[in-house]
Amino acid sequence: MTYPVATIVFLLLVGFVLILGFLAGRWKAGDMSHIVEWGLGGRRFGTWVSWFLLGGDLYTAYTFIAIPALMFGAGAIGFFAVPYTVLIYPILYLVFPKLWKVAHKHGYITGPEFLRGRYGNRWLALAVGVTGIVATMPYIALQLVGMQTVIGALGLPGHIPLIIAFAVLAAFTYTSGLRAPAMIAIVKDLLIYLTVIVAVIVIPEHLGGFAAIFAKIPPAKLLLAPPKAGSGGIYTGYATLALGSAMALFLYPHAMTGILSASSPKVIRRNAALLPAYSVLLGLLALIGFMAVAAGVKTMPQFAAGFAQYGSSFAVPALLLNSLPGWFAGIAFGAIAIGALVPAAIMAIAAANIFTRDICSQFLSPAGQARELLLAKLFSIVMLVGAVAFILLIPNSYAVQLQLLGGMWIIQTFPAIAFSVFTRFFNGWALLAGWAIGIISATYLVALNHFAGSIFPFHVLGYTLPSYIALATVVLNAAVAALLSLPLNALASDRAGDETVAADYV
Amino acid sequence: MIKLLFLPIFVITLAVPFFNRTTPTLFGFPFFYWYQIVTVAVGALLIYIVYLVEDRDLGDDA
Repeated sequence: MTYPVATIVFLLLVGFVLILGFLAGRWKAGDMSHIVEWGLGGRRFGTWVSWFLLGGDLYTAYTFIAIPALMFGAGAIGFFAVPYTVLIYPILYLVFPKLWKVAHKHGYITGPEFLRGRYGNRWLALAVGVTGIVATMPYIALQLVGMQTVIGALGLPGHIPLIIAFAVLAAFTYTSGLRAPAMIAIVKDLLIYLTVIVAVIVIPEHLGGFAAIFAKIPPAKLLLAPPKAGSGGIYTGYATLALGSAMALFLYPHAMTGILSASSPKVIRRNAALLPAYSVLLGLLALIGFMAVAAGVKTMPQFAAGFAQYGSSFAVPALLLNSLPGWFAGIAFGAIAIGALVPAAIMAIAAANIFTRDICSQFLSPAGQARELLLAKLFSIVMLVGAVAFILLIPNSYAVQLQLLGGMWIIQTFPAIAFSVFTRFFNGWALLAGWAIGIISATYLVALNHFAGSIFPFHVLGYTLPSYIALATVVLNAAVAALLSLPLNALASDRAGDETVAADYV
Repeated sequence: MIKLLFLPIFVITLAVPFFNRTTPTLFGFPFFYWYQIVTVAVGALLIYIVYLVEDRDLGDDA
């Protein structure tokens, strides 16, 4: 063992949390034979549990590794994570309390299920559901990459620890459902707060304070490059990246599951004001990427192998090992690894809810209560095994590219989900057409970027507007849906298929 | 209408040309960095105000 103390602390923490996952099934006890209990925690989580659950769900191990890595490698552009995680909350406040109400009234446990009720259109629901599952798979895989990075940094051998951790995760997700990540999230978030607060106090002290750290950052990385004449440059790229990412976040199945598990819409609205605490944390964490630059970890011989294998993602583990005592590095790594388990469990559960409610029961065979639950539990295992296979069999860079594409795809469900809680102006088939145009155009543009960049330089009236592809294509998607809705509503209105009424939303 | 308070959140976070500068610094942080961290607090505060006003108007079942 290269780092014995750190490794022991790390293993103890992860082991403790895995046991906690099994015990969680008995917490806030409910009738565990029903999918609402397994897959939504019985809609029982109050303000604080929801705060931890959503915090653990949205700010993942991948985020904690990737954002500082982006700052480390590319500089200021990585800080888009801050405006991004500011903007998610007004959107959360505006859209999701309404969605919670209508879902509670009609017993929906997924976003697609709401669309099926709203438009009487199971194909629209299928499209949105499949988009969610497909976007979720690489997301889980990237949680594993985050975990792999810290396991590798400790010098633990091969893939075995990862496989053990995910096998246990799959087992307690099967038995405890959403209660497991909810309970673990509390431990994880406390550890993450502790880690970041200690890191931003202790490490700058070694490096001569924040002014000295920023002074060591090359000017080209410290700020965004000013755009050339006739172009929005990286300015529009930065702003559209923040806004588009914010619009996409709550459309992910795991985010939706976290929201719908709240005990009331009031819990959601309160959390829109409380969750930004995590965004401050993320901002400080992003700066750890700069601290890694200032500390010069990249040129230290003991980390050469790590950087060769993991690239910029190794910046945070290397800095923590270099600057903090072994036992504390163990806590920090434990926090990151647990930070992978929480969202991975929620993502698997969320995908399983969609598979059961929106694909299996609608297109394969309707299931009774017991069979529905069994199907969901088994599908959650399929998702986790799939993610492990993904990481073991396919180069990690593919997971990163697919996650990038996943963001482009999931945002295409925005018009259907977000607009439909306010208005029934749209026609279900028009929304489906808009979704298809959005998916195709986004994929095409990402392919033009060789699956590497998420910003595309659009030329508008002689002016260049580099823009996040997801945002540009969802605007096209919404325009198509709106334009097609006019003739479709006149010729073949589907309003009779709406099982909800206006009072369900307020 | 109180929800119009969300509008400034979008303005302050997306005004990139305004905050893409190093000065004035605060506690050694260039403006770009401390300004954006401050927007988190401003955003949370505005949302909290909207929450309080709506809560007073709507009561417990909102």
